Amino acid sequence: MIDRAKVLLLLAVVACGVLSAFSGNISPYYYDIIIGIGINIILAASLNLVNGYTGQFSLGHAGFMAVGAYSSAWLTLSFGYVLGLSTLGTTSMYVLALIAGGLAAALAGLTVGIPSLRVRGDYLAIVTLGFNEIIKGVIQNAEPLGAQRGLGGMLQHTNFFWTFAFAALTVYVVLSLVRSTYGSGFLAVRDDEIAAEAMGINTTKYKVLAFVIGAFFAGVAGGLYAHFKQFIHPEGFNFLRSFDIVVMVILGGMGSTAGVCLAAVLLTILPEWLRAVSSYPWLPDWLRPITENRMILYSLLLIILMLTRPQGLFGAVNLKRKKT
Amino acid sequence: MTAPLLQLDAVTMQFGGLRCVSDFSFFVGESELVGLIGPNGAGKTTVFNLITGVYRPTAGKIAFAGKSVIGHRPYRITARGIARTFQNTRLFSSLSVFDNVRTACNMHLRHGISHALLRASGFVREESEIESSIIELLEIFGLAAERDFSCRALPYGDQRRLEIVRALATRPKLLLLDEPAAGMNPTEKIELMKLIRFTQEKFGLAVLLVEHDMRVVMGICERITVLDYGKKIAEGTPDEIRHDPKVIAAYLGKEADA
Repeated sequence: MIDRAKVLLLLAVVACGVLSAFSGNISPYYYDIIIGIGINIILAASLNLVNGYTGQFSLGHAGFMAVGAYSSAWLTLSFGYVLGLSTLGTTSMYVLALIAGGLAAALAGLTVGIPSLRVRGDYLAIVTLGFNEIIKGVIQNAEPLGAQRGLGGMLQHTNFFWTFAFAALTVYVVLSLVRSTYGSGFLAVRDDEIAAEAMGINTTKYKVLAFVIGAFFAGVAGGLYAHFKQFIHPEGFNFLRSFDIVVMVILGGMGSTAGVCLAAVLLTILPEWLRAVSSYPWLPDWLRPITENRMILYSLLLIILMLTRPQGLFGAVNLKRKKT
Repeated sequence: MTAPLLQLDAVTMQFGGLRCVSDFSFFVGESELVGLIGPNGAGKTTVFNLITGVYRPTAGKIAFAGKSVIGHRPYRITARGIARTFQNTRLFSSLSVFDNVRTACNMHLRHGISHALLRASGFVREESEIESSIIELLEIFGLAAERDFSCRALPYGDQRRLEIVRALATRPKLLLLDEPAAGMNPTEKIELMKLIRFTQEKFGLAVLLVEHDMRVVMGICERITVLDYGKKIAEGTPDEIRHDPKVIAAYLGKEADA
């Protein structure tokens, strides 16, 4: 049986492989941005499953990313030499470490998810924010993970292919879930928990499941990041990072995978573009602080968006889809 | 006599000092259409919430098909075969008509998450089975043409109907309808009465109907229970209820005074 979604996933992975072959010619600066886009797509699309499709406002996605980044980095640093004699060995070690990082993050998602899903709305946001800070605090004090000095020395395994293959996988998983009858439970929980229970849906199971799957991909994104930058620091996974991802989800439109992916692209390019703009000689001096500080522009963007399009850029598109 | 489908035995529900339902005993037999009426605040909806597991009774027993349902989460009770609609419609507002019904098919899925992710042939087959069963249901209730509409775009009466369809998709043995005629005009109410009767006969269901509108209840119910201030004050056929002095005093009498 030929399934369109699976074929698309396969095509996307092949395309990643082909494009990856040409990526050697790209300047390191642009390459950095492109990989950043891929990682942000994974983060935003996976957070969208929690915040957008299941309606659980999580502010701790960078915490899960940190768990994945540190566990996979620790694995390749500790055990990389075991298989590290051949290219094939290091690559498979790297992929295993990515998946292990994702699983570690998923486990963290499970342990955080079960107790914290007793609260909802704003309170859940606060609990997940607290979790993010706890993870950061633990890493800052964990000597084997480099504590405040950060952790470095990983080989640069992450390339165009792995980043975007995992991005495609994330999008595939999220879409396959929310478009299936099985995944309709996520949407039901978001719209009305009482009605969802009355329709025989175990709301707790779906909430925890969304957390676990979201955390898994955040962990993978963390592993990709760690093996691209080759240096990770606890401050890189603070609440501002979580906030960045939440902004992508809200700007793109909660519950629209296409929207959040586009927002991930835009919001990765935007700070770089602003950096370029702020060095233009013709720019009036009073504009300079704004372009130099992207957070001001972020908040401005969000305010304008909330006033004009509360559902996000692509918020309502998915609802009109014909075929399910 | 075998045990009735739904049996409430001396059920009491107390919220702090307020006794919403007190010592309430009641039953619904297989494929019976029973009405539960009472003035505002009599505790009708509380009884619904007790049966469906939203509240846990302070005292008393609730058994469905011979087994206690007390302490079960609402989704487990739905899985046992009790489905409900809500007094204020609670459709999944961002979903289409079709998807609203589809959420109710979730609990009957034979396969789990791996199936949805791997999308093997079994998954495709099951999804299309579900799709055709939903379309069949929608066709029976005249909503098939609206399948891709947002449920918010439906007229009020259709929204109520969709809630019934959605409840039926859980394949219940007992359907609880909480004031289905609320906010309907007389024509819609007549349609609704026909619809409830039709549903009960077509699917062989037991139906428990909570209603304000006397005409609706009297017109279709085989048996009626009257609740006032959390207590059962009368039980009988529509005719008996209509002539019961206590009912007239508690319910109809007040309407006549006003």
